Amino acid sequence: MSEMFYWQALNRAMDAEMAADETVLTLGEDVGLYGGTYRVTEGLMAKYGEWRVRDTPISENSFTGLGVGAAMLGLRPVVEIMTINFALFAMDAIVNMAAKIPFMSGGQFPMPLTIRMPGGVAKQLGAQHSQRLEHMLMNVPGLRMAVPATPQDAYWQLRQAIRSDDPVIVLEHELLYFSKGGVDEMISAPPIHQALVRRQGRDITCVAYSRMLPLALQAAEALAAEGIELTVIDLRSLSPIDWDTCIAAVEQTHRCLIVEEDCRFAGAGAELAATLQEHCFYLLDAPIRRVAGMDIPTPFNGTLEAASIPQADDIVQAARQMMARNGAVR
Amino acid sequence: MDKTQMAAMLRDMLRARAFEEAAAQAYAQGHIAGFLHLYPGEEAVAVGVLHAAEPGDYVVSTYREHVHALVRGIPARQIMAELHGKKTGISGGMGGSMHLFDQDRRFLGGYAIVGETFPIALGAGYAVAYRKLPEAVLCFFGDGAVNQGTFHESLNMAALWKLPIFFICENNHYQIGTEIHRHSAITEVYKRACAYGIPAEKADGMDVIAVHEAAARALVRIRAGEGPQFLELETYRYRGHSMADSGSYRPNVELNAYQANDPIAAAVHEAEYPYPGIEAVAAASANSVTRFADHCCQEGHLDDATVERMRREVQEEVADAVTFAEQSAAPDMEDAWKAFRSNRRFETLMEVAR
Repeated sequence: MSEMFYWQALNRAMDAEMAADETVLTLGEDVGLYGGTYRVTEGLMAKYGEWRVRDTPISENSFTGLGVGAAMLGLRPVVEIMTINFALFAMDAIVNMAAKIPFMSGGQFPMPLTIRMPGGVAKQLGAQHSQRLEHMLMNVPGLRMAVPATPQDAYWQLRQAIRSDDPVIVLEHELLYFSKGGVDEMISAPPIHQALVRRQGRDITCVAYSRMLPLALQAAEALAAEGIELTVIDLRSLSPIDWDTCIAAVEQTHRCLIVEEDCRFAGAGAELAATLQEHCFYLLDAPIRRVAGMDIPTPFNGTLEAASIPQADDIVQAARQMMARNGAVR
Repeated sequence: MDKTQMAAMLRDMLRARAFEEAAAQAYAQGHIAGFLHLYPGEEAVAVGVLHAAEPGDYVVSTYREHVHALVRGIPARQIMAELHGKKTGISGGMGGSMHLFDQDRRFLGGYAIVGETFPIALGAGYAVAYRKLPEAVLCFFGDGAVNQGTFHESLNMAALWKLPIFFICENNHYQIGTEIHRHSAITEVYKRACAYGIPAEKADGMDVIAVHEAAARALVRIRAGEGPQFLELETYRYRGHSMADSGSYRPNVELNAYQANDPIAAAVHEAEYPYPGIEAVAAASANSVTRFADHCCQEGHLDDATVERMRREVQEEVADAVTFAEQSAAPDMEDAWKAFRSNRRFETLMEVAR
C-alpha cells in the first residue's frame, strides 16, 4: 500500500496494463511528449514508443473512431479525451460506433475500447469547460461508465476497463487528480461496477459518486456530531448501477438522499431516485431527495460557481431537513 | 488481365445486378422493410476494386454496401436474409440492410451515418501498421461524405502516420437528392486529397477494367509502404437514393446518358473482345497492330452463350437466396440479448435489480 495522487494511480494502471499486454495502446491530444494534461500518461511514451502512446491532432471524432476501428482488429486502445466537454465532438464515435457495432454485427465484433475523460466543475473554467455530461452517456445501451472517486478505484477500475471487451468510459474528475489516497496494487479488486459502502449509519442512505463522495463523507462527519448517522454509498459505476447495494442500504435506513454534481433536471440523480423508489417505496419513511447542481451553465465567478454545485453544507442541510420534517420537501 | 479473371468479374457484376433487383422486388412486396439503398449502375466500382484486393485486406463500407459484401464473398443467402431481418442473416438480423458485418471475411461493416467509414478505416489502418502487417484497408464512401469533418480529420491522420488505407470515393454525383455542384465547392473530389499530400487519381467508374487497373496500382503503392492512396470513381446510380426515393430530382437525359454507358453492358462487350491491360499493350509495342490482334486471339474470348449461362446461374443463385431468406426463422429477444452481451466473455454484470 502506498500513498499517491489519483493521477498517479491512473498512470500506474496504464503502465501495468501496457507492460502486461502489448495490444494496449493509448492515444489522444498531448498524451505523448507532453505526458497528458493531467499527467496521467507521463513517462509512457519514453517507455513504450510513439506507436503505443500516440499524440493526435485535435480531431476528437476521428481519433475516438480510430480507437473503435483498432478495437475491431483486436487492439485494446485507451482513448484520452482531454475533457468531457470535447467528447461532444466524439459523440458519433462513442454512441453510434463503439456502442452499436458489437450489437449490429450480431456479436461478431467485440469492442475492447476504453475512453478516459475528466469532467466536472473545477476552478473557474467557465461554462464550456465545467460540464457534467454523464447522463448523456448513461442513456446509451452498450456503454459502461466507471466513476472512480479514490486513487485506489482509479487504479483498479482503469485496469478493469482496459481488460473488458465492452466499451467502457472512465469518467475522471478534474478536482480529484490531485487528491491523495492509499493504493494497494496487490489486493484483489471488487468488480468494476460494484458499489461500495464507505460508511455505515442508521438514519439516511446517501448515494454519491466521483467528487461528491468526499463531500458526502465530510457531511456525514458533521452530521454524526449532531446525532444523525449516514450510510454513504460510493456508486463507482453509473452504467450499470449496482441497485442491490443501494436497496440493501435503504432497507436499513428507510431514507435516501442522492448527491450529484450534475444538473438536477434529467441528471443521473433522476434515474437513481426513480428506480430506487420503484424498489423501495414501501420501505421509505420519507420521499427520496436529491442534492444536485443548479440548472444553469456554470458561472465563471468563483463564488457563484461554488453556489451552483453541491457543497458539503448543502448535504448537511438536506439531511437535517429529512430527519426534522420526516422527509417532507420544503 | 486474363480471361478467367474477366469472367469472374463479369459474373460478379451480373450477380450484383440480379441481387439488387431481387431485393427491390422483395421490398416492393413488403418482405424487406426499413431503408434499402440499391447499387445498380455502380457495379463496376465494387467489382473492379475488390477484385484488385487480397483476402487479407479489410473492407469498410457505407449503407449502400450489399454489393461490396457480395463481391467480398459473403454468400447471397446470408446477405438477403439480413435484409429480411432474419436470424440466418450475416448479422443475425440485428444489423439489417445498412449494417452487414463479417469478421471472417474482414468486412468491417456498413455504416449508415455518413462520414463514419473514415475513422473506422483509420483505426483498422492503425492496427495493421502497429502490427507491421502487409495488409491494406479499403475505405468506401460517397461524394456526399467528403464534406463531413471526419473526412478531413481522418485523411490528415492517415497521411501523417502513413497508414495503409485505400480511400475510394464512389462519386455517383448525388448526396441523397443534392447534386454535387450544389453540395461541393470542389466537384473533382480526388483533388481534395492533395490537401493532405495523399496521391490521388480519378478513373471511369462505369468501366470495370479501368477501375480494376487504378485500384491495383494504388494497392501496389500501399503495399510498398507509400501510405494512403485515394481513388475517385465517377459512377451513377440508376435508382433513387433509397427505395423510398424515386430519384425524380434527376433529369431524364442524365439518367439515359449513364444507362447508355451501362457498366455491365460495357463489361459484357469487353469480355467478348478482351480488353488488353497496360502490360499487354506495352508488350505488344506501339506499332504492331498485327501482333496485338494475335494476342487477343490467344487470350480467347467469352461468347454470347457463356454470358447467357452466367446470367441464368446468378439469377438462380439470387432466387435461392430470396427463398432462403423468406423461409428462415426470425430472431427472438433472446438472440438480441445474446448479441448485446457478446462482449462479456468472463464478466458478469448486474442487471435490473429484483
